[in-house]
Amino acid sequence: MLAYTLKRLAFAVPVLLGLTVIVFLIMAMIPGDPATAILGSYATPENVERLNRQLGLDRSLVEQYFVWLGNLLQGDFGRSYNLNRPVIDEVLERFSATLVLAGAALLLCSVFGLLAGVVSAVRQYGWTDRIVTFFVLIGISIPSFWLGLLLVLTFAVTWRVFPASGMFAIYGGGDLPDLLRHLTLPAITLAVVATGVIARLTRAAMLEVLRQDYIRTARAKGVSERRVIYRHAFKAALVSVIPVIGVQAGFVLGGAVYIETVFQWPGIGRMLVTAISTRDLLLVQGGVLVVAASYVLFNLLTDLLQHLVDPRLRT
Amino acid sequence: MKKIFYTAALVAGLFVAGAAEAQTPPGVLVVGQIAEPKSLDPHAVTAVNDFRILMNVYDGLVRYKDGTLEVEPSLAESWTISDDGTTYTFDLRDDVTFHDGSPLTAEAVKFNFERMLDENHPYHDTGPFPLSFFFSAIDSVTAEDEDTVVFKLKQPYAPFLSNLAYPTGLIVSPAAVEEFGKDVGRHPSGTGPFRFAEWESNAKVVVVRNEDYWGGAPSLEAVVFRPITDANTRVAEMLSGGIDLMVEVPPDSVATFAGDSAYAVFEQAGPHVWFLILNAKEGPLADKKVRQAVNYAIDKKALVENVLQGTAEVAAGPTPPAFAWAYNDSLSPYPYDPEKAKALIKEAGQEGAELTFYVTEGGSGMLDPVPMGAAIQADLAKVGLNVEIETYEWNTFLGKVNPGLEGKADMAEMAWMTNDPDTLPYLALRSEAWPDKGGFNSGYYSNPEVDKLLEAARSSTDQAERAKLYKEMQTIVHDDAPWAFIANWKQNAVTSSAVGSFALQPSFFLILKDVTKG
Repeated sequence: MLAYTLKRLAFAVPVLLGLTVIVFLIMAMIPGDPATAILGSYATPENVERLNRQLGLDRSLVEQYFVWLGNLLQGDFGRSYNLNRPVIDEVLERFSATLVLAGAALLLCSVFGLLAGVVSAVRQYGWTDRIVTFFVLIGISIPSFWLGLLLVLTFAVTWRVFPASGMFAIYGGGDLPDLLRHLTLPAITLAVVATGVIARLTRAAMLEVLRQDYIRTARAKGVSERRVIYRHAFKAALVSVIPVIGVQAGFVLGGAVYIETVFQWPGIGRMLVTAISTRDLLLVQGGVLVVAASYVLFNLLTDLLQHLVDPRLRT
Repeated sequence: MKKIFYTAALVAGLFVAGAAEAQTPPGVLVVGQIAEPKSLDPHAVTAVNDFRILMNVYDGLVRYKDGTLEVEPSLAESWTISDDGTTYTFDLRDDVTFHDGSPLTAEAVKFNFERMLDENHPYHDTGPFPLSFFFSAIDSVTAEDEDTVVFKLKQPYAPFLSNLAYPTGLIVSPAAVEEFGKDVGRHPSGTGPFRFAEWESNAKVVVVRNEDYWGGAPSLEAVVFRPITDANTRVAEMLSGGIDLMVEVPPDSVATFAGDSAYAVFEQAGPHVWFLILNAKEGPLADKKVRQAVNYAIDKKALVENVLQGTAEVAAGPTPPAFAWAYNDSLSPYPYDPEKAKALIKEAGQEGAELTFYVTEGGSGMLDPVPMGAAIQADLAKVGLNVEIETYEWNTFLGKVNPGLEGKADMAEMAWMTNDPDTLPYLALRSEAWPDKGGFNSGYYSNPEVDKLLEAARSSTDQAERAKLYKEMQTIVHDDAPWAFIANWKQNAVTSSAVGSFALQPSFFLILKDVTKG
């Protein structure tokens, strides 16, 4: 297990390096440069050249890349042109905000998705199944930014029970209850689609398992229905659902970009969008690197988890 | 199952009880900004969004008089200008200290400008200073005594005073620069009515009342600037009581606030002009008649009323009316007259001409560029001009337009916001400002008469004389039609009814010294 983990981590290094080269090239190829973005209307060739010199962008592309890489290996991610602060400070701050949001959403969608899927499967074609399926389909079909706006309109503007945006209160606050209150609406919004997907797949997986011979055997032996469903069937169904949750985690991280915009959540998705539009190369590099590394880690974690749940993989 | 429901209900109940969404505290003004500030070092930034904070933390030698774009004393009590217009001598107030306790002296002023302009200055590396060219006319700065500072210019440069009133001319504490170096933008120290207190990234910037302000302490205890990039979220925060003042209200939402007595809506036309650059060098628009026809053919009133929903006014010429003293009010906008446009096009033999039109997706001051582009295309089709639109993202767009339209396009959208009537025409209408000479005259307009007027206006130090020259320039440019003049943007803002004594400024800065909040 340890050897496997180490091997996977070693494979991640060339992936991440390759990624930085690609991001660097793409940022160099798209038209416009940081100096033009900063100067806006005042971007005369003369001013752009002067600013590029001050930003160290007058060097060749290859040189720029290796300077960046050399600094990176010493733990220096560089300075954002636009925010006038070290990239690493900004990226870590923003990434932890995204992790809080995405983590909460993932928790919500796993719990409610699995629960809805199991209930649906057990009561197949019953009224419970129909009602659950109805809501699940709505959940899958709803555009999440629209749902976000709707929730804000209802709970923040009309009833004023939850704040409309931000991560902490502007005055006082800063503690856990304050965070939870700010987290509720965005986390629900972000979780809805994934909940639907997980529920659908759990239902299918459970139905599949419930038709197996060993379930019939268990029932014939007189094992209680509750035990059949949760000990025998659910555990088996989980094996095919876990990779789906892993994939959904990726979607949740990606979807966070819209949700972060609607709820003004200070996360990394919104940071990357701004950084790209202002051609803030080093910030984009740092952000992409951290997000990519977390994807790699997350995939690894999903695989390890599956090893734990599925005895067939433990050889 | 029942247990779960009860628990859920309990948790929800707790949230709601704990919530009681607090109104913002009295004496504290919470401002909804459009973006996270880049830096609080006034010499390092270019965006109005940052200026809105900076103008309350720092002072310049001079400032714009309330409600105008005319210069009045601030840190400098008075000044004299030599007859040849190249020596400015400022007399500083002697009762001013920076927030960090160091005194405002002539040496401090000298330090500020040399940090920006002199590549050998020990703190020049605390930049970059993108707008330092505002002061490139400066030859030397001398501290004559404690309270007297003398600027020598390389040549007479009339916009010098209004550039000093611009945020790039705000005075920072040299002690703070020396202490924090490159990070001074996160530890700002000025002389303004509010002192910097806290900057929590992506959440808020807090400034508090400066009890010792030389102009009298402000009435607000503190101001909190919150970055809220999404306009709809800004509106939702305003409606839910999370902010007291929001800027750049989307046109769709203005009516919501205007009809509600809990809010007050403010509007103020600014030094902004939205226009089409017309390629006067080649193609159908090289003919003045066709350029005038384009001006006649576009229904500008419909654009500002329908597309922009009243958030702008129809522009008459190259100079916005906000520059009251330099604005030629005898000019009126080209009337909407498709028949006349058709006749002019026929006269020029350009019926059915094909035009390429660069449109941007967004960008500073560009308002609603895509629907505006489409409406303009439709208007021009009505008079027989076939316009093909090419749309680009803002930075890409600038990269295509700024080097000149030759060989690529016939027209392009553009907007400018400036602080002196000199800036835009000087950078974008002179023959010496063609792109290959480093200017922004991307449509290659050239009229020696205009060149002469602009040069003369720049070197005169007499405002009445300058006004006369600018007005003459506007008359000629209006007739030559190197641009299609479309709109002047009105900045807007909404406050809650608890906010008092608030006014928008034509400079588009946010001045909060006299604002109150109950």
